Amino acid sequence: MYKKKVVLGALAALAYVVTSATSTMAASLPNVPMAKSLGKGEGALNIIVWAGYAENGSNDKTVDWVNPFTKATGCKVSAKTAGTSDEMVSLIKSGGYDGVSASGDASLRLIYGGQVAPVNTALVPNYATISPFLKNQKWNSVNGTMFGVPHGWGANVLAYNAAKVKMPTSWSAVFDAKSPYKGKITAYDSPIYIADAAMYLMSTKPSLGIKNPYSLDKTQLAAAVALLKTQRANVGEYWSDYTKSVQSFESGNTLLGSSWQVIANTINGGTKVKVASTVPKEGATGWSDTWMISAKAKHPNCMYQWMNWITSPKVNAQVAEYFGEAPSQTLACTQTADKNFCSTYHATDAAYASKIWYWTTPTTACLDGRGNICTDYATWTQAWTSIKG
Amino acid sequence: MLQRMNTWLYRHKGVRAALLLALPVLWLAIAYLGSLAVMLISSLWSVDSFTGIIQHHLTLTNFHQIFTQKVYGTIALRSIFVALVVTVVDGLLAIPIALFIAKVLKPRFRSVVISLVLVPLWASYLVKTYAWRSMFSDGGVLAWLLKPLGVSTPGFGLTATTITLAYLWLPYMILPIYAGLDRLPNSLLEASSDLGAPAMRTFRSIILPIIYPAIIAGSIFTFSLSLGDYIVVKVVGGTSQLVANVIADNVGTAGNLPFATAMAILPIATILGYLFIVRRSGALENF
Repeated sequence: MYKKKVVLGALAALAYVVTSATSTMAASLPNVPMAKSLGKGEGALNIIVWAGYAENGSNDKTVDWVNPFTKATGCKVSAKTAGTSDEMVSLIKSGGYDGVSASGDASLRLIYGGQVAPVNTALVPNYATISPFLKNQKWNSVNGTMFGVPHGWGANVLAYNAAKVKMPTSWSAVFDAKSPYKGKITAYDSPIYIADAAMYLMSTKPSLGIKNPYSLDKTQLAAAVALLKTQRANVGEYWSDYTKSVQSFESGNTLLGSSWQVIANTINGGTKVKVASTVPKEGATGWSDTWMISAKAKHPNCMYQWMNWITSPKVNAQVAEYFGEAPSQTLACTQTADKNFCSTYHATDAAYASKIWYWTTPTTACLDGRGNICTDYATWTQAWTSIKG
Repeated sequence: MLQRMNTWLYRHKGVRAALLLALPVLWLAIAYLGSLAVMLISSLWSVDSFTGIIQHHLTLTNFHQIFTQKVYGTIALRSIFVALVVTVVDGLLAIPIALFIAKVLKPRFRSVVISLVLVPLWASYLVKTYAWRSMFSDGGVLAWLLKPLGVSTPGFGLTATTITLAYLWLPYMILPIYAGLDRLPNSLLEASSDLGAPAMRTFRSIILPIIYPAIIAGSIFTFSLSLGDYIVVKVVGGTSQLVANVIADNVGTAGNLPFATAMAILPIATILGYLFIVRRSGALENF
């Protein structure tokens, strides 16, 4: 088995080398043309999606918005589920796909890598009623040009066991070295979690001058890493898959920590423990997903139809409810099965949304205009390794 | 036609052997050695930090990082330590079990018990790992069992990781030792006891030297499997991480394959070193 892993890894390395050698180097924004008009559907659509974003009834008979799409447009959908943003990036680089549901920590890489085309939002009628605070953001647009259609979003909330923890008002509950919940704290197991620490430092150590938690120079990154190393002593376990986090809260191994609304809902659906969630005064990090169209799409018309379909009120409501996130479509709120859904997820709450720092790929080019002095994601990954020690 | 080909091949022994071996050798050369070579080369590449595209210039930066930053050394030593403990624990558990099956059990029960040992291998690795997770959790089975004794569960961490790994790989240790014991004639044991040797002496002077190669074979399995595992520590390891996690993180999240391959050379070197020591001890000769 060990050898097999090595071989698989090596083969993957080989595949990676081959695919990456064919893509072009891009330091500035590549010139990819935008569609001017739409023609007839091409009869097929190949997309890369997060699990749960393209349900065709095979997982749950009642959950199906792919077959109705095919019926309506004649586009036969084949969806490839990706597990991480990085997988999405390498899949789309490999070609053969028309579009992807990219999170903010992948979208910029795709834009600057020339893998995706700008989206002519006039060709997506449902775009007009999408929440305004999701449009023209740093993770889905460049210089006022949209590179996709917003799909849905959510915050990395501070979840806590309501019976055993008093409602925290600050992230200090998880970052303070003298936390009373030592050993019962959880944190998200990904380098992107460094941004949570950076965001906390923005308000607790203003002297560091952090303007954007995804744009950290070396000193700022070192401060965030130091904070996370302090936190590690209090962390019971890091989580990366959500069932694991659910179980930790239920067994009492975890009392509080960075989490997703869907996790809190899942736990509260059971009877073991009650978990509440809050966005503390410092704000929160979060994700915002965007449907992007490949620069090399073979079925661009079908992809445009899909982007319009997935953001139509009824379908967007279905996806958001199935996945557990806020729908991007404002009109989706009248279509949800659970009438309180949009208020639970703060879907149209711009004030709530503005407190969220959406996942963005850290690059050497700072997002706050300080030039090329910031640390990139590869550096963050190695920093994350050193935090876990 | 077929008949003539047969005759021709019958007369040309060399061609026959070449044809027979061509496929496996090609497989070995391309899929195993070739990919290892690609891996070695790509560990000398680097990644463009902005676009994530691999730069094909040879550089030692990756190795420089691994050897100068303390954290990687710590992780490597921790991984080797865990793999060694798992191997020792499995050895200590497997020898009495194998001895019982091979020498105490009536022959007709042996195959049944051996299949029982193998049954866990049919269950999914993930299911077993998550089962251990719920056992180690607060209010889990272990907590309930240990509470009357005044002991608490080890919780999630390196101890839990080691126990889970030892559980997972135990059959790989039992099987070779059982096979080794099966070949040990009972007459040797009888002779030893006829000459007045107590049980411990028989074990030390007769059984152990004979099953030594089998123990080594089993230890190669448990050691290398433990060194390559990154899922168990993710599930029951709490905040801990091992070498394979660093590799997985650099492949999966960072997309930094050159660094991951450089890191992957560490366990390969360790296992080569282990095999070298084993070979020096002569265990592989009568294997």
